[in-house]
Amino acid sequence: MATEFHNLQELRHSASLANKVFIQRDYTDGTICKFQTKFPSELDSRIERTLFEDTVKMLNNYYAEAEKIGGQSYLEGCLACLTVYLIFLCIETRYEKVLKKISWYIQEQNEKVYAPRGLLITDPIERGMRVIEISVYEDHGSSGSSSGSSTTSSSGR
Amino acid sequence: MKNCEYQQIDPGALGTSNTRTSTTLPCGRKNSQRPRRKWEVFPGKNRFFCDGRIMMGRQCGVLPLTIGLILITSGLFFTFDCPFLVHHLTVFIPVIGGVLFVFVIITLLQTSFTDPGILPRALPDEAVDIERQIDNSGSSTYRPPPRTKEILINDQVVKLKYCFTCKMFRPPRTSHCSLCDNCVERFDHHCPWVGNCVGKRNYRFFYAFIVSLSFLTSFIFGCVITHLTLRSQGVNGIIQAIQDSPASIAELVICFFSIWSILGLSGFHTYLVASNLTTNEDIKGSWSSKRGEESGNPYTYNNIFTNCCVVLCGPMPPSLIDRRGFLPPDDAPQTVTSDTELPPFMSKNDANMCTQGTKELLESMAHSSVIQSTCAPGTPKTAPVSQESLLHTISITVSPPNRPPSTGCSGHQALRPIDVSCSQKGNKRAALHTHKPMLRVPSPPCSLGHSPIILSDAPDMGFIPLN
Repeated sequence: MATEFHNLQELRHSASLANKVFIQRDYTDGTICKFQTKFPSELDSRIERTLFEDTVKMLNNYYAEAEKIGGQSYLEGCLACLTVYLIFLCIETRYEKVLKKISWYIQEQNEKVYAPRGLLITDPIERGMRVIEISVYEDHGSSGSSSGSSTTSSSGR
Repeated sequence: MKNCEYQQIDPGALGTSNTRTSTTLPCGRKNSQRPRRKWEVFPGKNRFFCDGRIMMGRQCGVLPLTIGLILITSGLFFTFDCPFLVHHLTVFIPVIGGVLFVFVIITLLQTSFTDPGILPRALPDEAVDIERQIDNSGSSTYRPPPRTKEILINDQVVKLKYCFTCKMFRPPRTSHCSLCDNCVERFDHHCPWVGNCVGKRNYRFFYAFIVSLSFLTSFIFGCVITHLTLRSQGVNGIIQAIQDSPASIAELVICFFSIWSILGLSGFHTYLVASNLTTNEDIKGSWSSKRGEESGNPYTYNNIFTNCCVVLCGPMPPSLIDRRGFLPPDDAPQTVTSDTELPPFMSKNDANMCTQGTKELLESMAHSSVIQSTCAPGTPKTAPVSQESLLHTISITVSPPNRPPSTGCSGHQALRPIDVSCSQKGNKRAALHTHKPMLRVPSPPCSLGHSPIILSDAPDMGFIPLN
């Protein structure tokens, strides 16, 4: 039991949340859901810029698809109006379908790209679509001084 | 089971008293607390019914009056006027009246009971991040965050205001409703007649309601006039007609007084829809040319038809507050965050986790759906404990630090005994933290804890010293 406790404590120390990086919304095109693709400096040493930008651009594309105003959305809107909007209780809107795709995409990105680098993306819908929250984990087991460097970097900012 | 034993060992090994075991129920033992849904801890002033399926503003305003007036007028119409009109004119009169009545009632209920587009409040670590960004741009000494941030939308400068209640810069067209204590996207107005805010998600219902109500009112008014006219054309005259059908006079009076305001409102909102404006913007004159600046509405498509289609037939955005989602059980993740400092799922695989590195840990966390479901954006007064060790500004920038913890739990209408126990837990967890300075506390990505008191205890904790 004591051994388990000791190992779990080591693991606890080696799996500590060091920081959270928040990618804010980009309102230059109006109120549509779009996130800034500017690469945050906190992730400089953790992930390649292109990978990060690809993820954010893909998310922006998904949200643009969800909010696209075109034939399908008009059809959905008119049908909803004719049925006194009761149809929203029955069918899944296109927006909801795209949100599911986004969840799946974020999970895939976490598994393939971000978790191996000690990062974790939170689905923006969990944050009210305000931010993309990226949790930065420090692996103390592999890099001994990383905890000190992480706190130094966060306090020195 | 191992997790339970670990929890028992952990406080003993550190020589502290674990008061949580007396109040919380570790896994494996009896758990008398049922899982709670997020609506039960929603911080805004809203009422929830049917286990979170239906929501409305706290003050339902004159909604009962609205429903009563509509029901009474329509009831009188169908009872007293329709039989005469069916006999003398056509059977389609009650049919049309019935269709309009159903439209009105359904759209009214949808306007009242739909989430208008409430933005969940920012979590404390988000709030601190915003504060840090603001501080970075200026001096290092503490000052209140600036109230506005200017951005460019379609080449026009728009000011975003900082909401001190929700701890975030409000997106464009978002406004904070003081009656509901929420930031609402594309805020139009708070309508007392429907007892709810009118915002992005329920504007189309509201517009359909007022348009169909104006049709219904006009229809009933016209039918009653026709009824009285037909009756009075008989031998007896108008006085006898009124005596034969007194209910018609009541309908006439109600319809006459309401028709002006309803028609006026419909016309006004048709203008707003056509120019893609909100009532809030129109009243404030946000895009008025009278200001002397070169400002126009940056959100308009400069085409009446397109504006109408976008506002009324655009995609229906989802509700962001996830009222029916479950809060993480009080014991597992909260115990995890304060005592064991493990992500929730680790309690199930601790034997394997002992030998896994962080990267495997994170990959399995990415697989876990628990991460996605344990986020509670509606609990702004809690703090992920890990942040306090790293972000020294949290004790002074996250406000209000002195708000009693029960507010966070009982901010909604359904006051439950759980709320009292929740605040007790918060107190006890704070005490626990002040006695356990050696533990670093990584929280899961979406951390949750009913422990606002910890905010004020942050500087006292012997964590890794900063500055």
